[in-house]
Formats: sequence, C-alpha cells, structure tokens
Amino acid sequence: MAGLSSSSSGGGGGGGWSLGRCSHAVVRALPESLRQHALRIEKGQEVDFARAEREHQLYVAVLKSKLGLQVLELPADESLPDCVFVEDVAVVCEETALITRPGAPSRRKEVDAMKKALESLNLNIIEMTDENATLDGGDVLFTGREFFVGLSKRTNQRGAEILADTFKDYAVSTVPVYDSLHLKSFCSMAGPNLIAIGSTEAAQKTLKTMQQMSDHRYDKLTVPDDAAANCIYLNIPGKGHVLLHRAPEEYPESAKVFEKLKDHMLIPITNTEMEKVDGLLTCRSVLINKTSEL
Amino acid sequence: MTTEVGPETEVKKESEQLGADAVNEKREEATESQENQKSEKTLSEEAQSTPSPELATQSSPSSQKKEKDPPEGKGISRFIPPWLKKQKSYSLVEPKDEAKKKPVEERQAAEERESQLPEDIAQPKGNLEEATIESQQETKKNDKEEEKHSVSSADTQPAKEDNKESEAEKVANEQEEQQKVEEKRETKEVQTAEIKLEKAPQKALKKIKTVPCKVMLLDGTEYSCDLEKRAKGQVLFDKVCEQLNLLEKDYFGLLFQDNSDQKNWLDSSKEIKRQIRSLPWLFTFNVKFYPPDPSQLTEDITRYFLCLQLRQDIASGRLPCSFVTHALLGSYTLQAELGDYDSEEHNNHYISEFQFAPNQTKEMEDKVVELHKTHRSLTPAQADSHFLENAKRLSMYGVDLHHAKDSEGVDIMLGVCANGLLIYKDRLRINRFAWAKILKISYKRSNFYIKVRPAELEQFESTIGFKLPNHRAAKRLWKVCVEHHTFYRLVSPEQPPKAKFLTLGSKFRYSGRTQAQTQQASNLIDRPAPYFERTSSKRVSRSLDGAPVGITDQSLLRDFSAATVGPAGDIVFAGEAVGQTKLKNGEGRDVNGSPTKIPQLELTQDEKSLEEEITSILFSKEGFSTSMKSTFTSSTARTAEGTVVKDNVPSEMLSASPFLQLPEKLASRAEGPCTAASDADKSSHETLNIVEEKQQAEVGIEETVVIDEINRGKMQAVTGAGETRKVEHLSKKDSSSLSSDSSSSSSSSSESEDEVVGEYQPHHRAAEDIIREEQEENEDAKRKEECATKVIQSVETVQEGSKVTVEHTQVTAKALAQENAVAIKTGEKNVMEEGKQDLRAEDEEEQLKINGDGSHVDIDVVPQIICCSEPPVVKTEMVTISDATQRTEISTKEVPIVQTETKTITYESPQFDGSSGGDAGVLLSAQTITSESVSTTTTTHITKTVKGGVSETRIEKRIVITGDADIDHDQALAQAIKEAKEQHPDMSVTRVVVHKETELAEEGEE
Repeated sequence: MAGLSSSSSGGGGGGGWSLGRCSHAVVRALPESLRQHALRIEKGQEVDFARAEREHQLYVAVLKSKLGLQVLELPADESLPDCVFVEDVAVVCEETALITRPGAPSRRKEVDAMKKALESLNLNIIEMTDENATLDGGDVLFTGREFFVGLSKRTNQRGAEILADTFKDYAVSTVPVYDSLHLKSFCSMAGPNLIAIGSTEAAQKTLKTMQQMSDHRYDKLTVPDDAAANCIYLNIPGKGHVLLHRAPEEYPESAKVFEKLKDHMLIPITNTEMEKVDGLLTCRSVLINKTSEL
Repeated sequence: MTTEVGPETEVKKESEQLGADAVNEKREEATESQENQKSEKTLSEEAQSTPSPELATQSSPSSQKKEKDPPEGKGISRFIPPWLKKQKSYSLVEPKDEAKKKPVEERQAAEERESQLPEDIAQPKGNLEEATIESQQETKKNDKEEEKHSVSSADTQPAKEDNKESEAEKVANEQEEQQKVEEKRETKEVQTAEIKLEKAPQKALKKIKTVPCKVMLLDGTEYSCDLEKRAKGQVLFDKVCEQLNLLEKDYFGLLFQDNSDQKNWLDSSKEIKRQIRSLPWLFTFNVKFYPPDPSQLTEDITRYFLCLQLRQDIASGRLPCSFVTHALLGSYTLQAELGDYDSEEHNNHYISEFQFAPNQTKEMEDKVVELHKTHRSLTPAQADSHFLENAKRLSMYGVDLHHAKDSEGVDIMLGVCANGLLIYKDRLRINRFAWAKILKISYKRSNFYIKVRPAELEQFESTIGFKLPNHRAAKRLWKVCVEHHTFYRLVSPEQPPKAKFLTLGSKFRYSGRTQAQTQQASNLIDRPAPYFERTSSKRVSRSLDGAPVGITDQSLLRDFSAATVGPAGDIVFAGEAVGQTKLKNGEGRDVNGSPTKIPQLELTQDEKSLEEEITSILFSKEGFSTSMKSTFTSSTARTAEGTVVKDNVPSEMLSASPFLQLPEKLASRAEGPCTAASDADKSSHETLNIVEEKQQAEVGIEETVVIDEINRGKMQAVTGAGETRKVEHLSKKDSSSLSSDSSSSSSSSSESEDEVVGEYQPHHRAAEDIIREEQEENEDAKRKEECATKVIQSVETVQEGSKVTVEHTQVTAKALAQENAVAIKTGEKNVMEEGKQDLRAEDEEEQLKINGDGSHVDIDVVPQIICCSEPPVVKTEMVTISDATQRTEISTKEVPIVQTETKTITYESPQFDGSSGGDAGVLLSAQTITSESVSTTTTTHITKTVKGGVSETRIEKRIVITGDADIDHDQALAQAIKEAKEQHPDMSVTRVVVHKETELAEEGEE
C-alpha cells in the first residue's frame, strides 16, 4: 500500500450457480484527472490519456458488440480520478449487489453512481456502511462456489465479514495479499473451476492457501506474468466459454498459455495504459447476470 | 439365619413378582400379544395365589398363548400404558407379600433383588432342589405371561418347555421380520436386548425403575416413553427410529442438553443415565451427519427428515442463507407440504404461518409465493429433492460449529464437517484442515489439538492448539471430530485403541456405521416406500409459540418393543436365574476344586456371544479397553438371558435366537459335576443359607453375595459350606456414581466421561492416505505421563492376616464378594465371571507389579507427614496457528506455553506395613474396578495375597478428579476418602497420595 495509486474497478461476480453467466455490464468512462491523479502503487510512466481512452472504448465494444451484453456506461467524474475502475465499488453475485466501501478514501464517492446504476437493474442492494470496514472489489474472487477475499491494504477483515453476511450462501475465506494491490492483481477465474494464477512466489503461495481453504478442487492455469493472470471469463449463451485476456503484444508468454485453452473463445485485450495506474482487465467492469427481467 | 429366612423368602417372592410384572409388561409390548386387563388381573392373581412350584407348571409361553388366544389378545390392554399395568400387578402382589411377610422385606426387597436369589434358595425351601427354584422362576415368568395372554394356567403345564421354545421362536421370528426389513436391525435389536438384559438382572427386580423420556421429533411432535433406568442410548434411538419408520438412521442421533446448556450427542453405546445427569430425560432427534449428497439417500422418508432438520436449521439461523435462497427453499417447502399453488386456497395469509427465515419479511413471503407458483406439479418428494439440492450447496450445510479461541485469545469457531475441520472467525473462514491432513486429534483439559501433516514444502508436522471454553467442550469437540472423521472418511469404524497401562485418555470411538456402510446397507433396503405424512412445517417453526405438540402414545411403540422389550422382561428373571446358576456352578467347582472348567462354563447355548465375551476378555487382558466394557457387559447380559430361558425350559434346547440362551445347557455343559440346573445338592443350599445370613447381618447390603468359584477352587477349606460371606459393594457406595463398571483390565479403568485427555489418530483407510507418525510415540508418552500425574490416589491396605483363620477367610470372602458385587452391579453376575477372574488372575501379577511401580509417586514417610515435592513445571511448547494467514507466513510464530504444575503429597499411616511394595506372597486374585461419576473416576485395584497362611487384601483406589474451576478438589478428595472408608469400614487407610496437576494458565483447573 505504500504507493498510492489507482485501483481499478471492474466486474466482480459471476452469475448464479454457474460462473461467467452474464447479461449486463456496468462500466464508466475515464476522467482526464486519471492521468495526473489516479492512485498508483509506484510512479512510472505517464499515462497516454488518448490511448487509454481508445483502449477503454475497445474494451466496452467487446462487451457490447462482440458479446452482446447490455452495457450501462456511467459518465466520468473528474473529481474521481479512479472512477473508471468500477469493479472496486460493487460486488454483484446473482441478484444481490454489495456496494463496497473502498479502501482508498478518495474513492468513496465512486459508489454513488454505481449504486444508482445497480438500483436501476433491480438488484438487491446492500451497502457497506460500517466505517471500520473497507473492501475493494478487486480483492474479491468469486469462483462460482465460494468467495475468496484478499486481505490487503484496501480490504480489511470487517469488510470481508460484511461481504460474508451479504452472500450467506457461500463460504467466504480470507487470504492474505502481500505484495500486490489486490488479490486479483495476480489471479482470476479463467473458467469454471479454473483459476488463472501468476507465477510469482507470492501468487503461488496465495493459491496454495486458497486451495487449502476450499472444499473444492480447482484447476490452476499458471501464467508467467502476474498481471496477465487477471482475465475475464464469461459464459455467454450461444458463444460458450469466452475469455478476455491480455494481448500477446503485452505479455507474449502468458498469451501463449491462454492460447492453449481450446474450448474458449479467446479475445485479446490491450491494457497498457491502464496498467500504469494498476488497472487490469477485470477492474473496468461490473458484470451482472439478470435472470429475471423486471 | 433361620429367622430371617422367612422374610427373605418373602422378599424374594415379592421381588420375583415384581420382576415378573416387569417381564409381563415388557412381554406384552414385545409380543404384542393382547390381553385385556381383566385377563391380566386374573392371571396375576392366580399366580400369586398359587405356590411357586405350582406356578411353574402353569407356565404358558406367550407364543402359545398368542397362538391360542390371538383374538382375545387385541383388547384394551394394548392401549394401556405399561406403567398402569405395572401398578396393577404391584398392588396384587403386595397384599400377598404382606400376608406372607412384613415391612422389612419391603425395604430389602427393593434393594436386594439380586441377593434374593440366594435367599430364595436359603429359604425354607432350602430343601427344594434347584429345579424347584427354577420352576418358581419359571412360574413367575409364566404368570406374567399368563397375565398377558389370559391363558388359563391349567393347560400350560405340560407345555412348559415347549412354551419356552415357542416363545423363543416367537421372539426370534419377530426379530427376523424386522431384520428382513432392515438388515441392520438385527444387530441393533440384539444390542438393545442385551442392554436390557444387562440391566434387568440388577435393578429390574428391585424396582423396575423406569424413567420417563421425551424426545422432540423433527416435525415438532413429541415422542415419549418410559425407559429402563439403565437403558443404553441405542435403546432409545432405536425406539425413536422405529416410531419414525426410519431405516437409514445412521445419519441421525439424539441430542440432549447438559448442565451448562450445551448440546451433546447421546452415545448409543453407553447408558443414558451416565450421560444425562438430570431429569427428566429430554432429547431432540436430529440429523447428526448431513449427507453430502442427499440424492443418494435411498428413501424419500429419510430425505424428508433431512428436510425437516434443514428447515429448522434455516429458520433458527444455524444454517445461514441469502434472501433469494430463503425464498427458494421456502417455496419448495410450500410445494412439498401444500402441493400446487392454489390461488383460492392459498390466500395471502397462508404463507405467514410458515417460517422460512429467522427474519422473515413480507417481501420474502411474496417472493416465496411467486416461486411457489412455478413449482406446479412437483410431487412432495420431488420438492424435497429440489430443496435438498439447493440446501446442500450452502456453505454451512452440515457444519457443526464450536466456540473456541485461538492462540491469541481471539474468538473463533471450529466447524466440523464431512471434509474436515473449518476455522472461522466471525463469518469468515480463516483456515481449513481436511481430514486427510490431520494426523492426530487430541484434547487435554480445555485445549483441543490437531496435529497436521507438513505442507508440501514443509518438513515438520505442526500441532495446532485451540482453547475451548472448558474441558467438557474440548471433549465434546474431540468426540464430534472422531465421529465425523470415522463416518465420512473411513470405510469401517476403527477399533478402539489399545490401551496402555495407566493411560487415562479416552478410548472413545465412533461405534456406529460409517457413511460407506450405511450406504451399502441402504442399497439393500427392500421395502415399498413407506407412507408418511408430511406435517406442516408451521408447527416446526412456530412450536416455540406453543403450537400443539403431538404426544405419541406408547402403544404406537408396541411393534418395536416386541422385539426389544420383551426379552428384557425375561432378563429380570435372568438375574435370579443367573444368580442361582452361579451358585450352582460355584458348588460344582467346589466339588471339583478345579477352576479349569471355566471355558466350558462359558459355552452357553449362545456360543457366539459367549465366545465374544471370552474374546473380549482376552483383549482386555491385552489391554483393550474401551469397547471392552460394553462388549463385556452386553455379552453378560446375553448370558443372563440364556439363563432366563433356562428357567422356562428346564432341560430342552431352545431355538438359537440370539436372545435366548439355554441356561440348562450352560449348566450342563459347564460342568458335569456341577449339577444340572434341575438338581441341586444340599451343600449348595447350605452355602446359600450362609450367604443369606451374612447378608442379613450386614447392614445396607445392596448387592448380592456371590460365591467365587476361583476362591473355592483354591481355598476349599474356606469355601466350606459353613463359610460366611460378606457382601459389600464397592461401586454402589461410590460417591457420586450410582453406577460402576467392572472393567476387565486395568487399563480400561481409565475410561470415563470425564477423562482429561483423549487422543485420536485418524487412520485413513481411504486409499489416498498414507500416514507417517514418527515422533508420535514420544509425544504420546509425554502426554500420558502428564495426565498420569494428575491423579489423586488413595490407597487402602487391609491387613487382617494376624487374625484367626476364620476371619481370614472372611477377608478373602469379602474381597471376593466385592468383586462379585461389582459384577452384579454391572449385570455381569454370571458364569462368565469365572472366566474373567481367571484371566484377571493372570493379569494380576502384572498389575500388581505395575501397581507397585505405579505408586512411585508415593514416598514412604513418617505418618502424618506431608511431603511436598517441588512442583515441577512441565512446559509444553506448542505451535499454535489457527489462521491460514499466519501459517503461510510464519510457521512457528507463536509459542504458547502450557504450564502445568504437579504436586505430590503423601500421607501415610504408621501401620503401614510395606505391603505396597508387593511383598512376596501368593497372589490369590486381583481385580480392577472402575466407576465414574460426574467429576471423578475411581479405579479400584483389589489384590489378595496369601503370605505364610495369612491372607491379605489390599485395595488400592485411584481416583481421578477432573474438572473445571468450579470443582472443589479438596472437597472432592475428602469425599473420596470418606467414601472409601465407608465402603470398607473394617479396613484402614494406610496411605493417601495426592497428586495434583494444575494448568497454570487456567485458574482452578486441575
């Protein structure tokens, strides 16, 4: 946490009993203030805002056009430099949405727009109001069977408890996050029962912990680059397994690993600019599966 | 003696009658024979009026009667609660008694049923041969039967034997029928039968004590019945399952609340009264092992009960689920209980009668209704299945939570489930230990430990400790773990551990069937799906509000009781019969003077059970302990039954039904010289008389005197007819415990409800597991030492050797009597004992030695001097990690230190003769008796030695007082000493060694 920086936001939950089911997505435009003021772990290259916007538009286009999701696009808010990373402010599982209390105080107001958007989708909204609780959606890994919550600089025990109270059907296990911003900075679901995991020691260790804590046995997909382990798995009717993963230009070795997944429709996504402010693929959307139309 | 004979005889009769009544009752239930009260009365009257010999002739087996009078049988009596019947018979009996005798008898009668047997013999009837006695007993039995069946006494005479047989057959048939239904049933019923038998001989005669018992069923109704006071948990459980028509019962169990309001599972292999200390006996019937995949259950009815349990779990909040899930499950509940949604019938209010969630909102109810509409055409069974499919996925499904603290004192919850042990902090899972990872589960005081296999990259096993609120909670958790591990992970239950000498740990093991076994058994279920009514869960959920509670009439149980209770009734008689048999045998031995016949004696008709017993004894000798006890007792019970049968069937063979053993055969086989059951020698009578006298002489004798065969064999002179026997009961007087076990091996003595430590090393028979346990041994040893020290010892030594030979004899006799008394208590007073003793005798030497060593703690000091050794502090280092987080990071972060303080104090009296050292002498016998009570475990070693013609009896008691801070140990010790003195007034306390071990961390805990 030493560094400041932006966290990303993105789609959290999977849908229903089956992971990856998805009908809607919530995204948010990026404000110009992101370039200067977004939180980041370590100072690095400057963000090319124009390019960042292009990348984001592509990302949304994939969700909307290619996958046919109904995408709610929230407008950017210049006072919230990190608002594009919507994943952190809401965790949605089935018909229930938990509006989080982000660990970074500067991001707390991001929840307002998200809450409205989710309300418009008629989800059961739970708000995390406890002032002792913090939780970033980026620390929440939903496997379809259970939750893992990374205890990081952004997420604390109390936040995890509230999440557990919100999603009572599922086991909620906490795992420590040491060197990364979020739990999902180095892992994500790449398929039902399949966890994509980075190959750093910290990542592998965390995976072991998760495996120990779970009654289920997960397969793992180890990719050379931690950041590349953050991918988006979807199960879209008519399209089957869909995987949004980092482009080969960025992480060629990791891309090769993904390319071995024969059953998946693979969609490479470029994410160079956002990653400069710690934003990964999952960070920029909240995925929702509405089974019943209201 | 002569004077007393009269009263005693009466007493005996009374008792017999009572016993008979009991038998009758049971029989009635058991056989389902229906006689109306009227007939009953008549019969009983008849029985009373007729002298015992005559009665014998009258006897008519229930089966016969059944056959003869089936139509009559189905009358009102069926609906008459057993207790009513009982009373009746009592009243009838009483007048008779009075006529014959007096109040003294009454008093004694109650207490001395067992002793009555000998008394009987001693009676004026002394002349009568054993046969007569038997006939009497038979008569009584028959009387009872007659009562039940309303059969006239006249026709039955010739058929006596036949009757017995038929009875036996009948019982057997009944059993078979039930067995057909369920394979398992057989064994279980046998067990129950055994249990009852076991008790009956002891107490049934006395008071036929029953305890009202209520079980709250899953549908919110209440099942009540009367249980024999000494009934084991299995009896009740079987009754309940019978009532519920439930075959796949291994997933279920009975819960009761202990004093601290904690819920405990009733151990079906133990007596109920040992587990639940308070009256009334209240239980709830619950799912104990949640099937991970309910769809694999064989019967819908089983799924139904599981549904009911889950609905309770959900409504109470024990099984948390989300709003959506509440609604979904609720809708399936409605579908199952109400059928398709009917807009007319199901108005808006119908739903609020149900409780779907702890906090039910209108919104939720609306959602439930909405979903209910979508389930159209689902049958109740299908709806249940859907319900279960959704419920089983809930993360807390089947997780049994226990409060605990981690190494840092943080509140956590330990969840025991099918896959292992889950650690929660608040609602979050912070760690998990699969069974496969756990090498050992143990507890010590209020600490619970698991030893975990090293992780992939680690080299060393780690032990993780948790602190539970108290030691009872620790033990409870440990037991649940042992049971869950066994049930879900093993193919078959594990053998109880071999006990090492002086091991104080619990030998508890799960004794039921494993999931694998029960699934196998379920596959064999071959009955049409039983009809059952799905009661509205309204009642379940609202029962707290005073919803009507159904009370099950006992008559509903008749079927069941037919199988189990019936035989139990016999037991009552058995008790007497056994006593007699024993005496006879003893006589025979005397004549022969050779103890070697023991094995033969044990070959009763039911060879199987006897063999079992023998086996178990051998085991015990070798150090098996836990199951030993139960096995032993149960087999004994069988024997007792056999005896009973014998009564009825003088010299014929009986069908091989497990319940019925031929006493006759027993006797005859046992010893040629030993007169057949039917003929008794005078000498035996004499002996009996003597015994009787003694008993009378002794005040407050509760237990029967039994002649010890071994003793006779060795000391014939002593055993002479004129010999007197003293009766003493060791255990009865035992302070807090009314019950005592005679354990066949010294090692088993440590088994108790309150043992301080327990260890369980899961043996993973599952193919995947390989266990290495390297340092295990060392650790174990260490631990055991620790606990061993936590013992309060009091040693009593009696040296009456200097006295005249006669007294001498007495002493010996006394000791023997004690032995027997104990055995009797446990219902083991029978032929088997001989074998036991022999085996013991062998053990003795070992034990003696060990005992000598065992007293290492003792320091010979000047009398009245208190020797306080410096409290050595045992420091145990333990790696405590309760959190996966911690674990990954640091493997040995916290090293909590368990400090224990050990103190040894020895008091010694001047008379002390150094006998404790085990001076050379001829060892006559030795035995170990264990009794348990709430907070103490008493192990009594009795050794008799003969030194230069002087016999010496030495009793060494080891009393372990365990408990939390709330126990006053000093008081407990004082009490123990006092009781010891009371028990052996003619003995003197020569040494008291107090060993105190305290865990410093915990105040007051010792």
